[in-house]
Amino acid sequence: MSRDASLPISIRQVAKSYGPVTALDHVDLDIRSGEFLTLLGPSGSGKTTLLMVLAGFTRPDQGSLRFGDHEVIRLAPHKRDVGMVFQSYALFPHMDVAANIGFPLRLRRVGKAEAAARVERALEMVRLAGYGRRRIDELSGGQRQRVALARAIVFEPRILLMDEPLSALDKQLREHMQIELRRLHEALGMTTVYVTHDQREALTLSDRVAVINHGRIMQLDAPRRLYERPATRFVAEFIGESNFLPVEASGGGYCLAGQRLKLPADFVPGGPRLLMLRPERLRILDGAAPDQLNVLHGTVQDVVYQGDTVLVQVLLAAGAAVAVRAASTSGAMAAIPQRGAPVRLGLAPDDTALLADDGFAP
Amino acid sequence: MSAGGPANAAGLRRDALRERLALFSLSLPALVLVVVTMVIPVAWLFWLSFLADDGSLSLVNYRRLVVQPSYGRILLTTFEVSGLATLICVVLGYPLAYVLSQLRPRVANLCMLGVLMPFWTSILVRTYAWLVLLQRNGLVNDWGKRLGLWEAPVSLVYNLPGTLVGLVHIMLPFLVLPLYGSMRAIDRDYLRAAANLGASPAAAFRQVFFPLSLPGLLAGSLIVFILCLGAYVTPAMLGGGRVIMVANGIATDIQMFFNWGAASALGVVLLVLAAAMLFIASRLTRLDRLFGSHGT
Repeated sequence: MSRDASLPISIRQVAKSYGPVTALDHVDLDIRSGEFLTLLGPSGSGKTTLLMVLAGFTRPDQGSLRFGDHEVIRLAPHKRDVGMVFQSYALFPHMDVAANIGFPLRLRRVGKAEAAARVERALEMVRLAGYGRRRIDELSGGQRQRVALARAIVFEPRILLMDEPLSALDKQLREHMQIELRRLHEALGMTTVYVTHDQREALTLSDRVAVINHGRIMQLDAPRRLYERPATRFVAEFIGESNFLPVEASGGGYCLAGQRLKLPADFVPGGPRLLMLRPERLRILDGAAPDQLNVLHGTVQDVVYQGDTVLVQVLLAAGAAVAVRAASTSGAMAAIPQRGAPVRLGLAPDDTALLADDGFAP
Repeated sequence: MSAGGPANAAGLRRDALRERLALFSLSLPALVLVVVTMVIPVAWLFWLSFLADDGSLSLVNYRRLVVQPSYGRILLTTFEVSGLATLICVVLGYPLAYVLSQLRPRVANLCMLGVLMPFWTSILVRTYAWLVLLQRNGLVNDWGKRLGLWEAPVSLVYNLPGTLVGLVHIMLPFLVLPLYGSMRAIDRDYLRAAANLGASPAAAFRQVFFPLSLPGLLAGSLIVFILCLGAYVTPAMLGGGRVIMVANGIATDIQMFFNWGAASALGVVLLVLAAAMLFIASRLTRLDRLFGSHGT
């Protein structure tokens, strides 16, 4: 009996409200087979509700949900055959590690010998070989996380759901586990839906990221496109740091402080726009400015040393304040003008992102 | 300034000691109360149980417990009644606590008031109420006859069933409270995880919820059982002389025979048995944490 390692997920017009609060606003989303897709959004955005709908724990008001060819929106959670890693891990405290991981196999009536072998394999996969006899309360947070993961994949579900699985870990362990999760996903190839509010985690792990707010998907794109070409101000605010400047439309192009902006080749004009300035994409110009760059003039307000980088606050001639992030190498630091001194900032056309003003202001 | 010693070491040690003493003094009133009303009387009781009628040290009181079959019967009845009452409390209380634990907290708290209501009435009043309800021409017999359930009045009171009804009524909250608490503490994610991994609601209950509620069930049962061991009013009033538990035996020894030694020995035996039960149960709960079903 051979079957695909993964299934596509198709979400159509799924809506859910709690009284006057709309948790999901007619969401449409197609998740490709084998894809690692992250639902990214602030708390209360609806990302967890959507995951709970996928798992079957939240009953939506309407809509359709298909795993492959099967409509599952009314299917009970225990019949959906999807793996899930809970934010709390939800490891059964009255069972040891092996019993926890073997739990889904026992329910599927897998023979004892085979189940034991699969449990051991799953433990190896999460690098916990030999931990089967440990009690749950003897494990560290990181180890619990791995056991939860092993339990979710041991029955070879074709869809894996993860609800902020790394949020309880400290920063170093979290970054290590992100790499592990990528490795596991590559090895197993199951369709993975991951929920997080950590934008860096989303960018690190995902094939595509769906940014969610107010129960709607604001943008669905690959990490690089999401970061470099956010569709709206909300997305840009949520992912990375940025400053925004209004630009004026003129003669098929856009101008900032009377200067015509050099734009990326793929830019499609239309509507009022904001110029998004990422601090690390701005360069402090020293000497003659290369022609191909957009140049902004200003004065240095403050220089803050932050270890790996230096943050320079610049007041533009147009009146807006922007932040510039420069390398903290001694060469780069020597090129930063003193506080109060004039400065010119360069911005490559490819980094000159104009985005729709959705009126969002944090 | 102490010469030679590390700076302020002695002073800091004194401060620590003073703080501990201050904390200890807070518990002093309760401690005095316990010593005066509990420790001294129990020690006195213990002492009395080893005195013969002429005041000499002897084991005559304990020998009587062994030799006279009536005392063995009393102990047996006590354990039987306590065990049965506990069992009935579990059968009635577990589903009740389960339902309460699944309700929204606000609704559950309201329902909990209903469970706690009996606490606001004295045991005596509640026991008399049962007497009124269950007696030969009481409400229950009356309705039973009217509905055609039985012809002649049924003996519902002055016997074991009557005693059990009264005891269960009094004891149920003592089971439901700790059980409800432990059920509330079971993270819903455990049940979600079980479902997600393929467990039907029944399987999730059997394999996850029930084992996790066991410590609360054990604690509640233990409280009920031990409280039942010392029951006096209920068997005295609803047992009609047919249900004689240890406390009733003690009362008879003192009120009818003025035999403090015999009464004390019975009291000591009950105390020791209850303590042994507690000890075994605490061992069991510790094991319960350890047994964690072993994997596949």
